[in-house]
This record gives sequence, C-alpha cells and structure tokens, in this order.
Amino acid sequence: MDMNAPVGANALDAERIVGKPLDRIDGRLKVTGGARYAYEMQQDALYGFVVEASIAKGKITSIDTLAAERSPGVKLVLTHRNAPKQGTGNHREAHPVLTGPVVSSYGEPVAFVVAETFEQARAAAYLVDVKYDPKGGHFALPQHLGLARVPHQADGAPADSEVGNFSGAYASAPVQIDVSYGTPLQSHAMMEPHATLAMWDGDKLTLHTANQMLNQGQRVIARTLNIPIGNVRLVSPFIGGGFGGKLWVNADAILAAIAARYLKRPVKVALTRQQIFHVTTHRSDTIQRVRLGTDRDGRIVAIGHDVFSGNLRSEQVYEAAALQTRSLYAGSNRLTRHRLVPLDIPVASSMRAPGEAVGLLALECAMDELAEKLKLDPIELRIRNEPAEDPERHVPYSSRHLVACMQEGARRFGWNRRNPVPGQVRDGQWLVGIGMSAGTRGNPLRFSKANLRLDPDGVATVRMAMTDIGTGTYTILAQIAAEMLGLPLERVQVDLGDTIFPEAAGSGGSFGAASSGSALFEACQALRQKLATRAGMDPETARFADGRVATGERSINLTELVGSGIEAEGEISPGRNNQDLSQQSYGAHFAEIGVDQDTGEVRVRRMLGVFAAGRVLNAKTARSQAIGGMVFGAGAALHEDLVLDPRFGYFVNHDLAEYHVPVHADIPPNIDAIFLPELDERSNPLKSKGIGELGICGAGAAIANAIYNACGARIRSYPITLDKILTDLPKQS
Amino acid sequence: MKAFSYGRARSLADAAATANKPGFKIIAGGTNLLDLMKLQVETPSALVDINRLPLDKIEETSEGGLRIGALVRNSDLAADPRVRQHYGVLSRALLAGASAQLRNKATTAGNLLQRTRCYYFYDITKPCNKRVPGSGCSALAGFNRIHAILGGSEACIATHPSDMAVAMRALDAKVETTDHEGRTRAIPIADFQRLPGRTPEVESALASGEIVTAVTLPPPPPGVQVYRKVRDRASYAFALVSVAAIVDSVRGRIRSARLAFGGVAPKPWRIAAAEQRLTNEAVGARSFDAAADAALEGARGAGANDFKIPLTRRTLHAVLGEITRI
Ligand SMILES: Cc1cc2nc3c(=O)[nH]c(=O)nc-3n(C[C@H](O)[C@H](O)[C@H](O)COP(=O)(O)OP(=O)(O)OC[C@H]3O[C@@H](n4cnc5c(N)ncnc54)[C@H](O)[C@@H]3O)c2cc1C
Ligand code: SF4
Repeated sequence: MDMNAPVGANALDAERIVGKPLDRIDGRLKVTGGARYAYEMQQDALYGFVVEASIAKGKITSIDTLAAERSPGVKLVLTHRNAPKQGTGNHREAHPVLTGPVVSSYGEPVAFVVAETFEQARAAAYLVDVKYDPKGGHFALPQHLGLARVPHQADGAPADSEVGNFSGAYASAPVQIDVSYGTPLQSHAMMEPHATLAMWDGDKLTLHTANQMLNQGQRVIARTLNIPIGNVRLVSPFIGGGFGGKLWVNADAILAAIAARYLKRPVKVALTRQQIFHVTTHRSDTIQRVRLGTDRDGRIVAIGHDVFSGNLRSEQVYEAAALQTRSLYAGSNRLTRHRLVPLDIPVASSMRAPGEAVGLLALECAMDELAEKLKLDPIELRIRNEPAEDPERHVPYSSRHLVACMQEGARRFGWNRRNPVPGQVRDGQWLVGIGMSAGTRGNPLRFSKANLRLDPDGVATVRMAMTDIGTGTYTILAQIAAEMLGLPLERVQVDLGDTIFPEAAGSGGSFGAASSGSALFEACQALRQKLATRAGMDPETARFADGRVATGERSINLTELVGSGIEAEGEISPGRNNQDLSQQSYGAHFAEIGVDQDTGEVRVRRMLGVFAAGRVLNAKTARSQAIGGMVFGAGAALHEDLVLDPRFGYFVNHDLAEYHVPVHADIPPNIDAIFLPELDERSNPLKSKGIGELGICGAGAAIANAIYNACGARIRSYPITLDKILTDLPKQS
Repeated sequence: MKAFSYGRARSLADAAATANKPGFKIIAGGTNLLDLMKLQVETPSALVDINRLPLDKIEETSEGGLRIGALVRNSDLAADPRVRQHYGVLSRALLAGASAQLRNKATTAGNLLQRTRCYYFYDITKPCNKRVPGSGCSALAGFNRIHAILGGSEACIATHPSDMAVAMRALDAKVETTDHEGRTRAIPIADFQRLPGRTPEVESALASGEIVTAVTLPPPPPGVQVYRKVRDRASYAFALVSVAAIVDSVRGRIRSARLAFGGVAPKPWRIAAAEQRLTNEAVGARSFDAAADAALEGARGAGANDFKIPLTRRTLHAVLGEITRI
C-alpha cells in the first residue's frame, strides 16, 4: 500500500496487545546467551585481523609481509597487491578495501591477516611492515572552512532553503540573536564491535554480519565484490547496538568475504574497540551559526541557521544540523544552509538522529538566549512561535503536539519553580539550575515487505529482512501480528535478520518500527481477508479474537481454516504523504543539574522528556528507547568528544577509557519519559511515529540551558566540560 | 600481542629469580599489563604469575601501622575495617578508582606500578619517549588534557594515574621489596616513583627483578582525612586533579597538614612548603591560598591542560574548607 491518505479506524485501535508494556520476547535469549551474534556463529572459521594505515594521507611505498606470512598459523596476508579489484562508488554505494598504494584516511585497512586463531592473526598483524610516503592533508574542520562547498547528497534533503528575505528581515528586527555553537566529533560507541563471519558455497556468499540495513548492505556488498545481488545473503538476527555505525557496510564484511573466497574457508573478523574509531564511521563535528530576529513580543521574523561539517573528500554526506530549523518555529523570512568541508579524515556518516541531535544543541540554546534577552519564559517564547503549518513548505503537519508536550512537562517537572536569574539556587556545594528544550525529529516511512504465515498448529510466523538492533523490534512485530490475528503473543513467531526473507527497511533514521510494522500490518490485513473469506464471513466485520474468527453469533477456530498453512504478503511505500505533509515527532525536555561551585563538575539531578509520537507500540520498549536517547543527549552535552590531532590526522582518544560516554553514576535515578496519547492518521497504518532518536533531540540542550541557569556559564562549545565552566564560577571564600 | 610463555611462581625467591631474566615480566591482576600487551606497548617474552604467592594479607605492624601485601586486591583493601577506620583517605582513594570489576582484580603492587594513560603512549605508531626513548614526545605539542602541570620535563609530561598512590603518599607509606638474591629493602613512597627528567622510561626505583612484597603504613596521623577526586564524569574516569588531605585543626587553627595531589604530575605530588604554610595558621582563604601558591610553584600548562592550574587551586581550597569545618 502507498501511504497517500488518512488511514481511518482500524483493527489496531483496540490496543489489546499493542501498546502494552510487555517484556521483550527475545529477552530470555539475550540474558541466557541464547541470542547469537555475528562473531559467535560457526566455530571452525579462520580469524582475520586488520592492519590499519598509520598515516592519514599519502602512499604506501612498500609492504613487507614475509614475517607475517611465516608467523605460526597464518594462512593469508591480503594487501593491495593481492586483493581483487572491486566495484567503486561513494561509501554508500560500494565499499572497496585495500585499494592502495594510495592512503586517503587514517586507519584505512592496508593489510588483512588471516590465521588459525585470533591470537595468531593479531600477533602476525604486528609483523606486517608498511612503509609510507606521507603527504600533508586537511584534517581539522575549523581550520579549513574556506574550502567549504555545497554538498549534493543524493539521498538527503537539499543543502539550502530560503523563504522570504532573511537578511533584510533580520537586519531590521528589533531583537536579534547571532550566536555560534560548536559540536565535536563523536563516535557511535555501540556495545558490539563490527563483526562478520563470511562463508562461500560455490559462488554464493553468506555473511553473518552486524548490519542495521540488510537489503541495503546486500546491494553494497554485491556491487563491491562484483557479484550478482542474488548471490549475497546477509544474516543478522541479533545486533548489539548500532546507532548508525552499522547502517552501511564496513570493512570487516568486505575483508572477510574476500579472504574467505581466497582461502575457501569461512573467515571471521571483529574490529577491536580501538580500530572501530578509524576503520568505521563517526559523526562530523559542526560549526553552527544561528540567527534569530524577533519583534518586541518575541515573534520570530527572521530565522537563519548555517552549518559547517566535514567529510572525507570523496563523500557528499553532511551533518544536516539545520533541518529541524526548517519546520520547528514560525517566521516568514528563513534561511538554512549546509556547507561541507572536504577533509582527509575517515568517513563521516549518520549517527543517532543525524542532524537534529547536534542541530538542536545550537538552535535550542539560541532560543534560550533569545528568551533571556526578551525577558520571556522560554516556553512562552516557543508557544508564541508555534506555526500553524510548515513555515517553509506551506503544507500541514501530519500531527504536532509540541505545545502540549511543553505544558505537560512544565507541570510535571515543576518548571514554575525556575528562577530565571542564573546562579540563584544553591544546595550545599551545588549551584542548581533547570533548563528546557523543544525536541523534534523527522518521521520518515520507507518501503518494506512482510510475509505472514499461519500454520495448522495455530502458530503465526512473521518473516522479514528487518533487523532488531536492541530496540525491541521483535516484540512490537509480534504484538502487531497477535493483535491483528487475535492470537496470544506466545503464538507468534518472528523471524528477522536474513535477506532470504522479504525486503525491509532495516533499523535507522527512526523509520524501522513504522516501516516494518506497517508492512506487517498490511500482511495481517491480507491474511485476515483470506481467513474471513474461507470462513464465509465479511472481512470488514469479522472479529479476530482468542484464536478464532467470528461474526454475529458464528465463530470458527482459525486452525480449521488454515489447511496445511496459509500465507499472505504485505507491503508499504511512503506514497505522497512525505511530500504532502510535514511529518515530525515532537517532545519537550527538562533537566535539573548541579554545578559544583568549586570545581565546575556538572551532575545531572533530574531529567524528564514528554513526547508526542503517534501510537506507542509497546510502552516499555518505547520508554527504554526514549530514556536511552536522553542518556545519549546527556553524553553529547557533557562527555562525548572525539579529539582530532591535526598533526597526524587521527583521533587521539580512540578507546573507551578516554572517549567518554555517560556511565551509570552520571545518570540520575530520577529520569523519566512520558508519551502523550496521539494517533497520527496520516503517518502510516499503525498511526505511529519513529521514536528511536527523538529522545536525544533536545535533551542535551536542556542540560546546557540548565547549566546556564545554574551558574551563568553560557558554553557554546560542546561538550560542556568543567574546564570551560571554571572561569564563570563564583570566587571562593 | 606478541607470543609469550607463562609460568606460575612457586615461591618469592623463584619469582624474583625468574623475573630478573631479560624479557620476563611479573603479572599480578593483569588489568594494566594485559591491555598494554594487546596493543604491543609491552612485549614481554614471558610472564611470571605471582598470584599464588602468600602476599595477600593485611597485618598490623608492631609500630601500630599496617602492612599490606602486594597482592591484596584494591576492593579488599578499601573494605578492610582497619583501613576504613584509620586510613579513610586510602579507602576513599581506592573506591574512587576504576570500576568495581577492575578493583576486584587490581592489586596493591600493580596499582603502584600501573603505567600512564597518555594517549600517545598507548599507540605504538606515535612517537613517545617513554615507550621508545629518543623518539620524541607527542603530547607536548599535542592533545594534553590529561597531562602534568608539575614535575614534567621536556622529554615527557605524562601523569601517574593512580589514586591509591596519592593517598599512600599523604600517609608516608613505604614500599617493601625483595630481589633475586633475597635482599630486601623498604623504599619511602616519595622515592618510589621517578620524575621523567631525560629518562621517562624509568618510572620507579625498582631494580631489574625486584619484586614488591608489601606496602607499609605508619600509625595513622592525627586529623581528618579527605580524598577528593575531580574528573570528567561521575565514575570510571581518571583524575583530572585529586587531593589527599590530612589536616588536624582545632577552633579555627591548623596544627598540622599533609597534602598530596594526583592527576597533575608524573608521581603523587607533595610539597612540604605547602603544608608549612598551613601549620599553625588560621583557617581561611589567606592560608589556603598560600598553600596553593606553594603547591603550584613552577606549575606550567602545555595547552589543553592549562585549566588544571586553577582547578588544583580551587579543589585544594574546597578540600581545606570542608576538612576544617568538620
Ligand atoms: C578502564 C580503566 C580505568 C581505570 N581507572 C582507574 C582510576 O580511576 N584510578 C586508578 O588509580 N586506576 C585506574 N585504573 C588502573 C587500575 O587501577 C590498574 O590497572 C591496576 O591497579 C593494576 O593492578 P594489577 O594488579 O592489575 O597490575 P598488573 O596489570 O598485573 O601489573 C601492572 C604492572 O605492575 C607490575 N607488577 C605487578 N605486581 C608486581 C610486584 N609485586 N612486583 C613488581 N612488579 C609488579 C607488572 O609487571 C606490571 O608492569 C583503571 C584501569 C582501567 C583498565
Ligand atoms: S607525555 Fe610521556 S608518555 Fe606521553 S607521549 Fe610524551 S613521552 Fe610519551
């Protein structure tokens, strides 16, 4: 079905199973070790270890592999000299490896050592002697803004947007804010490292690999290896987190595939934690300028957002940090621009909530600065700028309850106790502040298919090449099927993570649940139709409950209708909705923090997120996603900082001891996420919206605004570490 | 990781004799050594496992102090009632370090001998005088947020990362050792770790094959003990600055003070002049500032770590304020 029109009442509205806070159906497998991840599959494989380039740019002048080849257990040392020719394209189309002698970014694989054991492969990897002729390059974004160009990202939104006359309106606005914010390089730092087990059967390749979007991955791998797409199978039933770091194919998959073909034996590889930082992708740093011009009452007349980000020079992907600024607030003169600086650093790509996650760190703090200048309450300022329709595209919102989120959050959080004057509230050694931020995230829908089968034993089986990266996809799909077919949850089997199943969107961009769930919904509709017809009932009025289908007084057990098994397919396409409507999820974030009056250490004391994101499919997994996102937001505000050393063109702190993400002690027990009741008739048949990323969007800005409220330090460069606050602290007595 | 052989020491004498051979290295908890071996920063040809030696006791000494076996785990030491009651600064320092899992493995000797967390030291493709003498120091003109403001040299500005050692420095601990010929000695902790000078690869006073058997603490000094660790997140991060303070004060007057600093120097930093500036002085900003001036004399930032100078001052101020209010 194409999503073109409002969906109207449907069988999910009963919410007998859908929406309930049910435990994950795969939870037991995970806590007992029954869930097997890519690296845990098949034990008789050889082991690969990556040798990374230790220069950022230049040429390999020689590679001596002799010592490595003679090292115990070694079967193969692949380098650019013996690697096969591979397909090319940008990072999202093909992922060729060992393309030397040219080195175009630090850490790029220059050799791949395969041995009987992991330890042998690792030991031998250190024996590969690579000599380089290094060249200078461009590494640090802030130093090369002059090279910025307009990016042309095929699968992204246009880089620029303009409505009205921004510069004129801004120049004549009685109240102006013109501020620049910086966000750092970030690494996904998911728990499971990138890992692949590659096996060939003749010319057919099977990869057990940690990948978020299997069908996309299948295309990229086929193109890279120059083999038909039908010869590539990706299997990935369990993934230990991705956050976008596994959206695209990484070097582990291609290296393992090439080596396994060469050796005619399965080969497995996992990147080490240190390697992940350079061998895979990261989020670019950004430099953002936000300009807001309002009348004396705080109504925005001009809103501008300029963003610089960087990427490897062959790439077009940019950090779309001004996207939300196109639709979040009213104002008739608008300008957003993204510029991309070509650099010689590893590929930058999507990381959880690409765009909004860092864009809101700038926009929502600028709004806080504006509120202060206007002497307006930050929530009131936002309410005054609530648009009636999308202010750039002049189309309606599919649904938008931002104001309700802010008001409900304010009530629950005790926002009225906030003292607008910074530095007024103390609790012992702590300077205490509270802050808020609006949150928004685009709500895309992607093409997906599903297969649903009901067998004589009364068990329904869902099959799709969808992934569950730890979010709860297995569970919500089971809930949808159970609800639609009137079966208990235990009678639904969900098989995901295999490209032999029908094509699915995969997990990313907050489109996973909506896309896969809608395809399954359509498959359920089709199966209901078939079952009702077999029962001689009107599919429109037949009721599915307790394993039976009923109409009026008549009721038949489903197992009597299935014969030897009955199947149906379903499919969803975005249709016109994405163009005809402005589709976002919304939320409001509130944070209370303490700043140590002596040292500037920041501790989060309370966090609350209130969201309006369509139908909640499982109250428990939704809350976990939202809170996980808020923790991510806290990390972005306070901790995460991948530091580039421009002398070497590499990331200095490439391990988890020095690349800090929040630990338990950083997150207060008093953290909560609440979803307002909302059904979006025009988002998709489930009436849901994506929630995988919404929790981050704005969470960090609420913390930054709370820090300002606590101690008057307006830090415009993230993360807000204590050294930046120190000079704003009161004198010690 | 380079292939290595592994053997379990049967006795202290056996351990010392074996560890004296070139390329041999002692393994205790392994929480630092194994990480470094995986990255090929350390490449021993053989490991001597001392974990079965009877060095895991905490005993009272005849002078009224404690002798802590080299293999006492950090969590056990922190939880020992005698330590908690009389050496609170040590207990707190230990609990401020690493994570519960690491503390369960980490040993007293291993903690003292853990190596710096300098990012460039950890990456064998980067110049580092400590790892490869003469190759240069990448941190001096590089990213040096976690580096030393005191005691560093033109060759190396790495910090010693231990929290425990800072508390032990304030407590005037001694490190007891034995060597392959059975000779024993007790090294004052002040002399145990070395400043880099022109030889940053030499980190301790230990001779080849010399094994740490215990750390002894003298009887507890008078006064209130505090350990304050300032770091980038609430737990599981190394100190940017830490202060171990033991201060005896009555009615607004300080009778004696001991101050040791972590996170700022290649070894726990203790300056007698800073303590003198407090002794027999009135509690208050004036004496606190004077102590900070003395402690930070000669302090120099290398860029990203400049903030540690005001941070050390402010942290000391806060600690002294807190300790003299108790
Ligand atoms: C992620 C992480 C975070 C950490 N955070 C902190 C922190 O915040 N604060 C902190 O203080 N520490 C921290 N640590 C470090 C931890 O405290 C040390 O790794 C631990 O104390 C080392 O003890 P071990 O017994 O495991 O030593 P090992 O790794 O076994 O040995 C370390 C060194 O000591 C030598 N050695 C060991 N025993 C003897 C002996 N008896 N005689 C002679 N030589 C010996 C070994 O040869 C080796 O060179 C952290 C570590 C990690 C991995
Ligand atoms: S500070 Fe010391 S450990 Fe770090 S790079 Fe320089 S010499 Fe090496």
